[in-house]
Amino acid sequence: MTWIRKNIIMIVGLLVLFYMFIPVFVVIALSFNEPKSRLTYTFDKFTFDNWLHPCSGAEAMCPSVMVSLKIGLLSTLGATILGTLMAYALMRYRFRGKGVANVLLFLPMASPEVVMGSSLLTLFVSASFPLGFWTILIAHIMFCLSFVVVTVKARLAGMDPRLEQAAMDLYANEWQTFRRITLPLLAPGIASAALLSFSLSFDDFIVTNFNSGSTVTFPMFVWGSAQRGIPPQVNVIGAAVFLIALAIVVLGQIIGARKRKALAA
Amino acid sequence: MDQIAGDLRLVSLRKEFGDFVAVDDIDILIPKGSFFALLGPSGCGKTTTLRMVAGLELPTAGQILIGDHDIASLKPYNRPVNTVFQSYALFPHLDIYENVAFGLRRRGVKDVATQVEAMLSLVELDAFARRKPSQLSGGQQQRVALARALINRPEVLLLDEPLGALDLKLRRQMQLELKRIQTEVGITFVHVTHDQEEAMTMADTIAVMNQGKVEQLGSPMDLYENPKTTFVANFLGQSNLLTGEVMDRGDFVGVKVWGNHIKIPASRVATTNAKVWVGVRPEKIYISAESNHAHDHLGNQLIGTVLERSYIGVSTQFIVEIPGFLHDEKIMVFEQNVDASEVMAGDQVRISWDPAHTFALDAKQDAYAGDVLAEAE
Repeated sequence: MTWIRKNIIMIVGLLVLFYMFIPVFVVIALSFNEPKSRLTYTFDKFTFDNWLHPCSGAEAMCPSVMVSLKIGLLSTLGATILGTLMAYALMRYRFRGKGVANVLLFLPMASPEVVMGSSLLTLFVSASFPLGFWTILIAHIMFCLSFVVVTVKARLAGMDPRLEQAAMDLYANEWQTFRRITLPLLAPGIASAALLSFSLSFDDFIVTNFNSGSTVTFPMFVWGSAQRGIPPQVNVIGAAVFLIALAIVVLGQIIGARKRKALAA
Repeated sequence: MDQIAGDLRLVSLRKEFGDFVAVDDIDILIPKGSFFALLGPSGCGKTTTLRMVAGLELPTAGQILIGDHDIASLKPYNRPVNTVFQSYALFPHLDIYENVAFGLRRRGVKDVATQVEAMLSLVELDAFARRKPSQLSGGQQQRVALARALINRPEVLLLDEPLGALDLKLRRQMQLELKRIQTEVGITFVHVTHDQEEAMTMADTIAVMNQGKVEQLGSPMDLYENPKTTFVANFLGQSNLLTGEVMDRGDFVGVKVWGNHIKIPASRVATTNAKVWVGVRPEKIYISAESNHAHDHLGNQLIGTVLERSYIGVSTQFIVEIPGFLHDEKIMVFEQNVDASEVMAGDQVRISWDPAHTFALDAKQDAYAGDVLAEAE
């Protein structure tokens, strides 16, 4: 009894973590499944085939993953560049309408995706803009932008403006100051904004579904195949994405610990 | 840029932030190669003045001249001026070497390596070239900040409370160090501080600032011995200020202080008004038992009672009450502890001082101006 009382917080914490990770475990387990029929979600037989040949058996999946990767990377690039510049302008310059811009930035984050997706669709259709890869990209850059601005702004807020003043004092013009001082110091913030953008984009279904035309992204492929039974290769992609994300986080932690150690030495 | 050289002159320099006047039409001439201090309490406009010279604030009006060039509207990177920032603002992602080399690299100077190494050895940090700023102590960071600015050989070096973050002992050491380096390089130093002792130790000339204006400008001795305003009298050291009325004027001005006659040299009377504050520094006054007439020759004398006597090591401090004086016009006396003092609390005493150590200020000024501020800082 006393042991439980002493460790209750630890136990509850572990249970919550377990609860959070069950879906991930299921995905990883099912990625090694060889189902007897298309419709079964039960674990029938262990196999490495899904991992060795992820593209065979579910023909449309790999192209859809490629589309999602391409859109993810491009929208990350676009949103990160635009968002960083916007955050810089909002933090370091005074201009008319700055307050309004600050508030409006939160709107895409706050508005439901269904609303955003359908209104974008209306916009594209009424402008007779053909739906497809580019409309998805435009939509993704749009909703990633707010997150990038908020993340980079937080980093900028913690940065002493005197560092930039010191650079200007030491003969660096505006561009050199941004390039040599601001950008390197913002890098961690920009990196996390980029990671966030990529996962938001790779993951998105609702907005994409409205604006995709005949283009199929990975989440749309999964949604489509779910009605007939999800092929086990989908779980391979899911598990791979999870493992890559995990690797990035662990790597970040190791680099951070190294840096702290170097500083302490 | 290279031809901009000479004295630094601020001409009717003014800075407003909305309705607030931070710097109120100041005129200052800082000769080339001098060590100049802007001294004042926080919010007096000294840092704003410095930032305008650096180019980090645009003046509302006025000129900033180096030689004959008005640099007031130039970008900071186009001015032959460098700054040692408060809390240093070292670039945290660059090592010490790159911090110091930053200015040279931006200007495309050729022999970066030799110059950086020479500068690092001047500030005795050769061994730390590849460390990051966060791995250095406060004193070392301070020297990096100095090296990073000095290496560019500016016409004017600005120092914004450069020693504020250091502990007392290190600060004393750096004061002497800064003075040595300034003498060695011969660059004009403009030093902003609220610490009167720091300003007096280092500067050739001090401008005491208050509420956006220059109260008085002069050598440390000039300011201390002959303050022209009550603010200066109180902000630099301590002063006894007594209500007086001018009776006669000549080489010496005769002033009546609650029925007592006090003499002041005419050159030390800063006003033509009849109502004055009569000032004398506590350490200029001799205190002795009433029966002791050894200091009668000095000229100014009062008789009173010792209210408090406190021994503080280097000196003994007395508070003396003079009959007929206002309640808050008690006289403070500091006596060097050369011999054991003959005076105890409660004694009747005779206090004497030389008229040459007396000054008179316009009585329209607040007798306590600068007093509280000097204590708070």
